[in-house]
Amino acid sequence: MADKLHLDQHISQKFNDELEDIRSRALQMGGMVEKQVSGGLQALLEGNSELGNKVAKLDHEVNSLEVEIDEACTQVLARRQPAASDLRLIVTVIKVITDLERIGDEAEKLGRFAVDLASSRELPAYRKELRHLGELVQTMLHDALDCFARMDYEAALKVAARDDDVNAEYETLSRLLITHVMEDPRQVKNVFNITWCARALERIGDHSVNICEYVVFLVKGKDIRHTNLVDINQSLKP
Amino acid sequence: MDEAQAVLDSIEGTVGEIAVDNPKMSMRDVDVFYAEKQAIFGVDLDVANNEVIAMIGPSGCGKSTFLRCLNRMNDTIPICRVSGSVMLDGDDIYAADQDPVLLRARVGMVFQKPNPFPKSIFDNVAYGARIHGLAANRAELDDIVVGSLKRAGLYEEVKSRLDAPGTSLSGGQQQRLCIARSIAVSPEVILMDEPCSALDPIATARIEELIDELRENYAIAIVTHSMQQAARVSQRTAYFHLGKLVEVGDTNEIFTNPQHELTENYITGRFG
Ligand SMILES: Nc1ncnc2c1ncn2[C@@H]1O[C@H](COP(=O)(O)OP(=O)(O)OP(=O)(O)O)[C@@H](O)[C@H]1O
Ligand SMILES: [Mg+2]
Repeated sequence: MADKLHLDQHISQKFNDELEDIRSRALQMGGMVEKQVSGGLQALLEGNSELGNKVAKLDHEVNSLEVEIDEACTQVLARRQPAASDLRLIVTVIKVITDLERIGDEAEKLGRFAVDLASSRELPAYRKELRHLGELVQTMLHDALDCFARMDYEAALKVAARDDDVNAEYETLSRLLITHVMEDPRQVKNVFNITWCARALERIGDHSVNICEYVVFLVKGKDIRHTNLVDINQSLKP
Repeated sequence: MDEAQAVLDSIEGTVGEIAVDNPKMSMRDVDVFYAEKQAIFGVDLDVANNEVIAMIGPSGCGKSTFLRCLNRMNDTIPICRVSGSVMLDGDDIYAADQDPVLLRARVGMVFQKPNPFPKSIFDNVAYGARIHGLAANRAELDDIVVGSLKRAGLYEEVKSRLDAPGTSLSGGQQQRLCIARSIAVSPEVILMDEPCSALDPIATARIEELIDELRENYAIAIVTHSMQQAARVSQRTAYFHLGKLVEVGDTNEIFTNPQHELTENYITGRFG
């Protein structure tokens, strides 16, 4: 384990274990959410209602894991009064799991729309774009979680920068969809649902960016939210 | 050489800003020796007006020794030798023309164990005011005593028994009595060496509340073993290690993002 924060060097072995447990459960939740996203995307692209329903149901598990981790974090705050990097880890985990839970919600939406859209005639025309957007977002999420696991803030900054591609892709796709509706208003419901799917994917990208920003906070102790990349790189220079 | 010596050698200067815009006290290049043994190594630090600065660090790192330099309490220890400069409002307190007794009225001290004199509550607080002739008559003395007890948050609890011995109070009350005694002589700086270590959480919370109020009129330097206490009461925190000042900075920063590894290890309870 690449442990830049020396989480295992407390005088209290029990405290080491508590922190490691929280961290690994957050990563476990990340893995679950990743699976949920890829399942939702697959269900959508394949028109697989069964898988869509299954993904939508996974959300309960994700939610209950979030509650568990939240509780463990609250316990550590109350009993250990962590400071410095320990405090930053706890704060980071609390934030990361909130974003993961939201990503789970978006994946759930993908699952539901996959069911609605399974037999739509409009979907096939957008499959290629959706797949492309979906893959971009999936790798972003995966890499963001990887940065969290490895506490690699430099890689996190690079991953966060990829959100521009996601946004561009999303813009292109929504423009196509708007044009479609204008040309053929009868299909507005299905096209809208496709738009919602694209929107869900784009939001997953945003949440992945948040996770990357928390990693920078965790490792460097600097809050870089609402700051542009040039300023960030400037401020992180040693 | 041994491990401690290696760590000591590795500490080069202080991380963070040691100077402030409105220094009440300025220490520069302070060394302290007990006979041959050096306890403080070249410490530079300012204490600002209206600030609480917390001094933390492992047992034996020199917190008390450094604190005692600020009102020449170390003069009372024959083998102790202090060099460097300690300025109060720009005047060197170790200069030949400085009267240590007057100095200690300006720079008061509250100790770890409450140490009321074997006198009445009233006389404990009146003691310094009498010595320094701060009251022209009994009415003025009453004002000073009552005012100090009020500011120390003790008056309501003792107003009906000001003649009772100070030692009849509870530990927390005794500590507030000592604080009342130290503020009765209108000090400008108050030094506190683990003032709450013998107190329960409620009494501690009272003292901390009091410290926060006193900050409006004084500069306060507090030595504490409680990380949480340092985090709660201070605006700046100084971390000492083996007699060196390793890091000083904004308390918020020190407790969320300390720069020096030794500081981090100490406040998070990691192995050194
Ligand atoms: N009166 C004294 N005579 C000789 N050595 C002393 C004396 N007072 C302190 N020392 C030594 O100076 C060093 C610093 O002691 P000091 O009491 O200042 O540490 P401290 O940080 O206040 O520790 P603690 O947290 O345990 O109160 C220690 O090595 C101690 O043994
Ligand atoms: Mg001490």
